[in-house]
Amino acid sequence: MTNAMELYQLLPKTNCKKCGKASCMAFAVALMARELTPEDCPPLKEEPKYKESYEKINELFKPAEGATETGLIVHEDLCFGCGNCVVACPPNVANDPYGVGSGNAPRNVGKLVLTVQDGIVRAQNLVECRRFGKNKILCNACIVTCPVEAIEFV
Amino acid sequence: MEKNYYVCTGCGMLCDDIEVESEKNIINKVYTACRIGVAHMKDGKESAVFRVDNKPVDEATAISEAVAILKNAKNPLIFGLGTCSDETQELAIELARKTSANLDDTSSYCLGKVIEALLNNKFKACTLDDVRNKADVSIFWGSDPSDSHPRHLSKHSYFPRGTEKQRGWEEERTAIAIDVRKSHTAKICGNYFFQIPPGGDKEFIDALIAALAGKLPKTSYNFPPKRILELANILKGAKFGVIFVGLGLIYSLEDLEPLIQLMNALNEKSNFHLVPMVVHYNMRGFNENLFKETGYVNSVKFEDGTVKHGPEYSIVESLKAKTVDAALIIGSDPLSSLPRSISKNLLEIPTIVIDPCETLISKKAKVYISTAISGVESGGSATRMDGVKVDFKPVIETKRPSDEAVLKKIMEAL
Repeated sequence: MTNAMELYQLLPKTNCKKCGKASCMAFAVALMARELTPEDCPPLKEEPKYKESYEKINELFKPAEGATETGLIVHEDLCFGCGNCVVACPPNVANDPYGVGSGNAPRNVGKLVLTVQDGIVRAQNLVECRRFGKNKILCNACIVTCPVEAIEFV
Repeated sequence: MEKNYYVCTGCGMLCDDIEVESEKNIINKVYTACRIGVAHMKDGKESAVFRVDNKPVDEATAISEAVAILKNAKNPLIFGLGTCSDETQELAIELARKTSANLDDTSSYCLGKVIEALLNNKFKACTLDDVRNKADVSIFWGSDPSDSHPRHLSKHSYFPRGTEKQRGWEEERTAIAIDVRKSHTAKICGNYFFQIPPGGDKEFIDALIAALAGKLPKTSYNFPPKRILELANILKGAKFGVIFVGLGLIYSLEDLEPLIQLMNALNEKSNFHLVPMVVHYNMRGFNENLFKETGYVNSVKFEDGTVKHGPEYSIVESLKAKTVDAALIIGSDPLSSLPRSISKNLLEIPTIVIDPCETLISKKAKVYISTAISGVESGGSATRMDGVKVDFKPVIETKRPSDEAVLKKIMEAL
């Protein structure tokens, strides 16, 4: 993914404040943090001279479509349901130590982030994911344990 | 709330924690199972197929035709059974005795040698539950469970917390892969992946034994001695080690002697166990059942109340020498698992195929009977790869007869 400076280069750079932010740089940071979307910049969206930039920015955010709120994407065509991520996921282990934490079937499905359904891993309850919320950290337990790179964060 | 768990018979691990949602005998959703298991469980079919000479017939005709083939044969071959329950296997052994048949299963070109050695107590064995609760070093040698037994690492050998391994894989477990290619399992093992050339296993074992004794390890393919010494140090420090032996190692060794020496050398310094990576869900069960009856694990010939054993009675050698004059194949497809030069001889003799799936051999068979999928549509018991008995019940109902019922009918008609 890109950084806020790269996004800024694609913006009108007029600091018109129509988006509600103090400057275009502030808008770029808000875009990065996913607080706003490219549509929230009226000149970018409406004026024809920014059309190219607008398409480019949308292109950059495209991989994030279909991603969950934490940016987690499961490539269903690659996943074969080994469940390594389910057993390695720290919130999963904390919420269900004798179920998935011990390699067994889930006993506390309501609190789990990852479960295997029909041979493919599904993400749910993202509030429990360590990448979610105020105190988020860049946990990567589900990525490093996947043998086929079926899980990705965008 | 006590949940209703089923056993998955998709591979030799026999996962016993599978939840299933089904409606009107169709499985809609399978929880916790891997893709192999899901495909296996969703493969059920409502109605049975009976064919003679590729033409649909009724059950009685198919069975009487099968009985006629077995009656006319002087030396029939009974083969397969790795995907059948213990009960079916016992019937097949009895049938082989009755028809003076040549009885063999896939283990004669698979892990039969290892299981025979395990049953003769040549290796120290342990169960997969011990592995989960105690193991700190797991070696995947010539095996790739990520692809063959997808839940192996997550259910038993690497990731789960066990009673004596509470802190999990990052701190308390080491996974080591020794293989000829960087498999999916090797990827997880990271720096503990040791890539050796095909056929280089014996030399690697010798080098490892030398390293364990404190000598300089040497291989003809110049494997860095430093890395072998590093591996030897990890193994020396293991409190509960396991070697998961796969076909890659067994095919590369002429006999099991180097492996026995390695296990002895390891057990002098630390504590090591061996688990065979059995693929068919009840291949080990067949080996154990036959061992109990005859003292051999595979490749036997019943004749006038005596039992003969030897490589000449294995499917490969008996087909090569054309010593068998009919074949009863249960739950296996030699046409897709054996070289064509050997399997084509099957096409010259009348064959009876009893299998839940359409396979290459079922299409070429004289008699084909489609049966219920063992573990999905019919129940029974089986032996897991580590020797633990597991009972299972059917998940859904079907009109297809179980292989046990078909064999019983053939026995009665004989």
